[in-house]
Amino acid sequence: MTSASKVRDAVGRIRWYVRELTGESAYDHYVAHTRACDPTTEPMSRRAFERSRTDAREADPREGFRCC
Amino acid sequence: MPEPAPASSAQNSSGRLTPKSIAIWALVALVGAVGWGVLALSRGEEISAAWMLAAALGSYAIAYRFYSRFIARRVLKVDKTRATPAERLDNGVDFHPTDRRVLFGHHFAAVAGAGPLVGPVLAAQMGYLPGTIWIVAGVIFAGAVQDMVTLFFSTRRDGRSLGQIARDEIGPFGGAAALIAVFLIMIILLAVLALVIVNALADSPWGVFSIAMTIPIALFMGVYLRVLRPGRVSEVSLIGVALLLLAIVAGGWVAESSLADTFTLEAGTLVIWMIVYGFLASVLPVWMLLAPRDYLSTFMKVGTIALLAIGVVVALPTMKMDAVTEFASRGDGPVFAGSMFPFVFITIACGALSGFHSLISSGTTPKMVQKETQIRMIGYGAMLTESFVAIMAMITACIIDPGLYFAVNSPAGVIGGTVESASQAVANLGFTISPDQLAQAAKDVEESSLLSRTGGAPTFALGMSDIFSSVIGGAGLKAFWYHFAIMFEALFILTTVDAGTRVGRFMLQDMLGNVYKPMRQVSWKPGVWFASAVVVGAWGYFLWVGVHDPLGGINQLFPLFGIANQLLAAVALAVCTTLLVKSGRLKWAWVTAVPLAWDAAVTLTASWQKIFSDDPKVGFFTQRDVYQTGIDNGEVIPPAKTMDDMHTVVTNSTVDGVLSALFAVLIIVVIADAARVCYKAIRHPESVKLSETPYVKSEIVAPAGLIPTKEEKAELAAAARAKVPTGADPS
Repeated sequence: MTSASKVRDAVGRIRWYVRELTGESAYDHYVAHTRACDPTTEPMSRRAFERSRTDAREADPREGFRCC
Repeated sequence: MPEPAPASSAQNSSGRLTPKSIAIWALVALVGAVGWGVLALSRGEEISAAWMLAAALGSYAIAYRFYSRFIARRVLKVDKTRATPAERLDNGVDFHPTDRRVLFGHHFAAVAGAGPLVGPVLAAQMGYLPGTIWIVAGVIFAGAVQDMVTLFFSTRRDGRSLGQIARDEIGPFGGAAALIAVFLIMIILLAVLALVIVNALADSPWGVFSIAMTIPIALFMGVYLRVLRPGRVSEVSLIGVALLLLAIVAGGWVAESSLADTFTLEAGTLVIWMIVYGFLASVLPVWMLLAPRDYLSTFMKVGTIALLAIGVVVALPTMKMDAVTEFASRGDGPVFAGSMFPFVFITIACGALSGFHSLISSGTTPKMVQKETQIRMIGYGAMLTESFVAIMAMITACIIDPGLYFAVNSPAGVIGGTVESASQAVANLGFTISPDQLAQAAKDVEESSLLSRTGGAPTFALGMSDIFSSVIGGAGLKAFWYHFAIMFEALFILTTVDAGTRVGRFMLQDMLGNVYKPMRQVSWKPGVWFASAVVVGAWGYFLWVGVHDPLGGINQLFPLFGIANQLLAAVALAVCTTLLVKSGRLKWAWVTAVPLAWDAAVTLTASWQKIFSDDPKVGFFTQRDVYQTGIDNGEVIPPAKTMDDMHTVVTNSTVDGVLSALFAVLIIVVIADAARVCYKAIRHPESVKLSETPYVKSEIVAPAGLIPTKEEKAELAAAARAKVPTGADPS
């Protein structure tokens, strides 16, 4: 592997990790999941998905609770 | 009832140690042992923090490699062929098999908070040695075990919460006691954390301005994520952090400008603002304030902890505090009263064993675990990391001058309000610092005064600014780093206050829903407002009391917080022990039963002393009697200054004493009920009903630890050829 591609690889991994950790990739997972389960249903738009996600936290605030 | 069959034989294939790994682990053990040796044997001379790091990290490595592996394989018998709830119930949203390294990050961010930064700082009044020993030993044998075992059992139950598990496995009575305990503990937790930041921000225009700015920053981020670019969390967090740094710098300008007076708030005023904020934050939609603030504080938390770890390793500061101070045996320290046993354990709380983690380990995390084998890395590993945060907090408290430490952490009643009286009082405690040095220390960080800034946060910030300014920027940046540290701690305390108020409100609505149905609906606004007001009012009361207590709020309330947290740990450990017994693991029940016995001994002793001790500094009711007698005789007893102060002390001691008793009774109920269930399971094994989800075969192939072993790599390669889902890198 060349050093340039090593750097690219490392940056890609960091980007992947940050996106996963912050939940930025949650939508991608959701779309992949919906398509895999039933290819005929159209997944929610990103906007609608993110809304439903925060609204779910509204309904049960125990999800995502932080500790002392 | 039969012991669960061992998992697949493949798991034991790498059980033998090679000569190379024996050599490596012997070396690790040696490093740890030398670290402990230097820590324990040095008397009178100042030693480098490097020895503390060596002792802690060496011990963690050994414990993780051997003890956590023993728990995973022999006790829990984690089964890599068994599908986790994330795999079975995968809905792409909350149940979703998550990469082990990502979930480790999630779990760590959720469990790590202000607790491990505060407790060790306060415990440093007894010297660094007692606290450090408990932080390391406690996490290895109790804290990390609790987190890991709770995570395991919750994963086997589709991610049920601790309260639900208690109800299902112990019974409705013990379950209800556990629920009430959790609610009360939450109230005390929120009050004490809020008190920590009120003490740090009082009369500090720089701090108040920076923290106030986090609200518009969070609102902006909220709108950005909701309207402008939904879901782009990384970019909005970067913008937020940049604005936050700007707010810290701008705080310095404000403190020097004509606006300074506007932002110079007394503790009492800050309490009102906190209560108003707490109420609004818990009734506003999540997306507006809580969610963006959460991103911001997680970013800051992980970033600052990483920076601090690097700073400590690069700077390797020298510890000036004694290994063991006289307060350890005499029990009359100014920071908190009581002798080493049990109060050092109560005070450290979160860094070694935190009951609150059991709420995270049962709930969110188990719904995302990809493989049962990863529970070791996530549950045990994340708690070891949190314990390391506590070690760093201990270091920050011990590198500052002990005289300064006591001037900052003693209540105003002990050291008075001027640098002269403080210097004198510190000398009486057996340490030296001149009035000039005290004034200079405050000037270095551009604060008007550092006296009686109790609660740990300012001490931590002083130590951190010492470390950071020795690496970057020198003395010129000291004030910036001090306020950076205050901001960092205040930010996630506020996030916890916000999230905790919501959780408390939710629990209260659930409980009241038994009496009046509509209360349970989260969309019924009057119910939400009422429950929020009750929760905010409850912690607000303790916060108000804490600020106005002539005896010092932290001094009075922190032990109550520690006892509450440790009692919650007792509930979690009791549930774990019951489950070990009921699931046929009686032989191994000591793994959680021994820490439970220790924890119960510590906390019930502390409760006992807080209720019955003859020493008015320790026992709440004796304290009450002393001041009540004073009132009856018409005398004012220092540190109270007026008759009103006297009445305040009497009311506070009564409330605190009653609460201590209530905590103790609730926990005894839970433990007794758990013991009854265990006894029944041992005598009549055929009667045992476990609510474990039945076995389903797992399709996912994924490594257990951070680095895949040779066998795991082969399995991953085979799975890739067969197109089976894997937990390998996505790239």
